[in-house]
Amino acid sequence: MVKRTGAQILVESLLKENVEVVFGLPGGQVLPVFDAIYESELNFILVRHEQAASHMADGYARSTGRPGVFIVTSGPGATNIVTGLCNAYMDSVPLVGISGQVATSVIGQDAFQEADITGITRPVTKHNFLVKNVSDLAKTLKEAFYIATTGRPGPVLVDIPIDVQRASCEFAYPNKVDIRSYKPNYNGHPVQIKKAAEAINKSERPVLYIGAGTIVSNAENEIFEISKKASIPVTNTLLAIGAYPLDTSLSLGMLGMHGTFYANKAMQVADVIIAVGARFDDRCTGKVCEFAKKAKKIHIDIDPTAISKIVDADIPVVGDAKTVLKEMIAFIDSKDRKDWLNIIDAWKTEHPLWYNRNDDKLHPQYVVEKISELTKGEAIVVTEVGQHQMWAAQYYRAKNSRLFLSSGGLGTMGFGYPAGIGAKFGNPDKEVIVVAGDGSFQMNMQEMAVAVLNDINVKVVILNNQYLGNVRQWQEMFYSKRYSHTCLAKRKRCQKWCNSPKRDTCPVYVPDFLKWAQSYGASGIRVTEKKDVESALKEMLKTKNSVVLDVWIEMEENVLPMIPAGASLDSIIMRMNG
Amino acid sequence: MRHTISVLVENKFGVLARISTLFAARGFNIDSLAVGETEDPAISRMTIVVKGDDCILEQVTKQLNKLVDVIKVNEFNDIEYVERGNCLVKVSLSRSNRNEIMHMVEIFRSKIIDISQNFVIVEVTGSEDKISAFIRKVMPYGIKEMCRTGVIALGRGHNIIKVSK
Ligand SMILES: Cc1ncc(C[n+]2csc(CCOP(=O)(O)OP(=O)(O)O)c2C)c(N)n1
Ligand SMILES: [Mg+2]
Repeated sequence: MVKRTGAQILVESLLKENVEVVFGLPGGQVLPVFDAIYESELNFILVRHEQAASHMADGYARSTGRPGVFIVTSGPGATNIVTGLCNAYMDSVPLVGISGQVATSVIGQDAFQEADITGITRPVTKHNFLVKNVSDLAKTLKEAFYIATTGRPGPVLVDIPIDVQRASCEFAYPNKVDIRSYKPNYNGHPVQIKKAAEAINKSERPVLYIGAGTIVSNAENEIFEISKKASIPVTNTLLAIGAYPLDTSLSLGMLGMHGTFYANKAMQVADVIIAVGARFDDRCTGKVCEFAKKAKKIHIDIDPTAISKIVDADIPVVGDAKTVLKEMIAFIDSKDRKDWLNIIDAWKTEHPLWYNRNDDKLHPQYVVEKISELTKGEAIVVTEVGQHQMWAAQYYRAKNSRLFLSSGGLGTMGFGYPAGIGAKFGNPDKEVIVVAGDGSFQMNMQEMAVAVLNDINVKVVILNNQYLGNVRQWQEMFYSKRYSHTCLAKRKRCQKWCNSPKRDTCPVYVPDFLKWAQSYGASGIRVTEKKDVESALKEMLKTKNSVVLDVWIEMEENVLPMIPAGASLDSIIMRMNG
Repeated sequence: MRHTISVLVENKFGVLARISTLFAARGFNIDSLAVGETEDPAISRMTIVVKGDDCILEQVTKQLNKLVDVIKVNEFNDIEYVERGNCLVKVSLSRSNRNEIMHMVEIFRSKIIDISQNFVIVEVTGSEDKISAFIRKVMPYGIKEMCRTGVIALGRGHNIIKVSK
C-alpha cells in the first residue's frame, strides 16, 4: 500500500466520497491540508468569512440532499463555524466540517489559535471527532460522512491537529462502516403501523402534518398517495415547503405562528394528526397545553427523541418516513371525507392569506407573488430571517421539495445569502433567488466576492423596510410601538424616540446596495414603486450574473396572520386594528 | 420517582463530557453517577441515578441512546437488581461519643478504616438509603468531612446487561 500524509488522506477521502465542492478558508493550522489541495482535483471555494462557508455547505446540502463540506483553520476559524453547525443541527442538515487544530503535543496549553472546538461544538453537532492518530483518519472520515447522512441527518465535525495532517501512514479508504453504538432504525414496527392505519381509518377529521423529515426521506409521493386515497388535508412546516403541492385542494399550506388560518384551525379541530418527520416545534404548536386537544397523535419519525418530547404521541412509529408510509398505505381505507373537506374549503374561502392588493403601495407580498409567478415556482428561493422570510414562505409557491430553503430552528440572520450561493453550486442549472431582509443581508453580504469571482449567478431581492422588521413588528404589537434599536437608518442626529418613519424625511440609508453591488462588478437595481416591480424582476432574471434588487417596501408592513408567541393556535390575529 | 440507569459506552475520551453536556443542556438533574471500565476494556459502564417522572426518564434514555458513543441503555426499575454505594465519613471523636459511634458502626455493619486522636473515618457500604440513614445518625456527633460515591448496580440472576456480539 502507498503511504500518504494525513492531509493527502483527507483530500483523497473527500474525493472518494464524491464531494463536488468544498467551502472554506485557510490558516496556520491547516496549511498541510491546503498544500495537498493545491495539486488535487478537489473543487475548493475560498470564502470571505468561515460562517458563510458553513452556510454555503448547508445550502448545498439542503438543495441537493448530499452532505455539504467545509474546511477551516483552528481557533478563530473554527469558532466562526459554530453558528453554521448549530443552524444545521437544528434543521437536521448533513454537513461534514473539517477544522485544523494545534499539534497534539501542545493541545491544552493555550497554544496560539488553540480552541477546544470539539468541546465547544459538542451540543451543536450530531457527533464530533478529534483525530489524534493519522492511522485513524480515513476510518474517522468514513464514519463522519456515514453519521452525517444517515438516520436523522446532522452536522459532524472532524478536528485534525497539524501533526496528524503531516504524519503519514498507509491509506485505503474503507468501503464499509460498522459502528456498534450507532444503528439507525429505518423500519417501523408493523404493529404500530397497523394501529396508526386503523386510527386513520376511524377518523373523521384527520390532518397530515409534514416536516423536513418528509423531504430527507423522499417521502413526498407516499404522502401524496395517502392524502389522496384517504382524503386527508396536508399542512407543512416552514422546512417542508414544496413537499406537498399547493395547487391541490387538500393542501392547507404552512401552519404555525405565521401559517394560514385554515391550517391552524384544522389542527385544532382534527381528531387525528399524523405527524411525519415533524417535531412539534413551538412555532407550530403555540401553547402546548391548548394544542390540538381533540386529536389522537400519530408520530412517525426516525429520531425516537423527537417522539413525545413536546406533545405526547398516542401512536409512535419510529422509522424512516418513506419506508413506514409505504407499508401503511395498504392498510388505509379509501375515503372521500366530504364533510371534513367541505368545512376546510369554507375556511379557505372565508380566511385566505390576505394583503391589500388594491392600493398602489409597494407591499412585500406582491414582490414575492411576482417572483413566484415569473419563475413558475421552479426557482430555488432561499431566505434570510425576518418578516421577508415569512412573506416568502407564505407567497412563494414552490413546485417541489428543495426549492425553498430557510433557517428554521435557529432562525439565523446571515444564513440566506451564503446558503443561496451554496445552492447554486449544487444546482448550476436552476435559478437561485435569495429573498433577503436589509438587516440580514448585511450579516454576510461580503460573500458577493465569492459569487462574482466564481461566476455564481445568484439573485438577491432585498425586501428593504429599513428595519429589523420582524423585531419592529413585535415592538409594535407587544411593546407599545417603542421601536428600540430596530431602525437601520437611524443616525446620531435623529431624535431619541422615533416610531414614525418616512422614506423622504428619514436619513439616507446606508449602504447604498446598488453602489455596493457595483463595486463587486455585480449589477444593482432599485425599485421604489409597485408599478416597476414586475419589469425590474424581469430584468433581474434576464441578467446572467449577480444582481441585487433593492426593493423599498412599505416600512411598517406586518406579517399576518400571527399567533403571538406562547399563545394558543386559536388566538390567531388576522388583521391589525385600524 | 428515582431511576437507576445503566449506560454502556465506548471507553473513549470525551464520552463522559458528552453525557454531562446532554444532561446539562436538557435540564435533567443527575443525582449520582459512577463510571468504570467493564470486563471488556473497550467498554465503560456508567450507572446514573436520576429523579423525575416517566416522561423525563423516557427522554433521558432516548437522548442517551442517541449519542453516538452510547452502546446500550437500561433502566433497572424494570428488572430485579442490587445496588451499592460507598461513603467515607470523618467524625470527631471524643470520650463521650466514642462508644455510641462504635455502636453505630456495628449496627450499620460499617468499618472503621482510620482512627486518630480526635477523628475516626468510617466506611459504610450499601444502598443509597442505608448510607443516608447512617449519615443522619452520625450527624449529631459532628461530621468533619465526607465523601460519597455514586451507586453502582447489577441485575439479579440472569438479568445480564451486555453488549451483544
Ligand atoms: C443572528 C441573528 N441575530 C438576531 C436575530 C433576531 N432577529 C430576528 S428577525 C430580525 C430582523 C431581521 O431584519 P431584516 O433582515 O431586515 O428582515 P425583516 O424582518 O426586516 O424582513 C432579528 C434582529 C436573529 N434571528 N439572528
Ligand atoms: Mg428589514
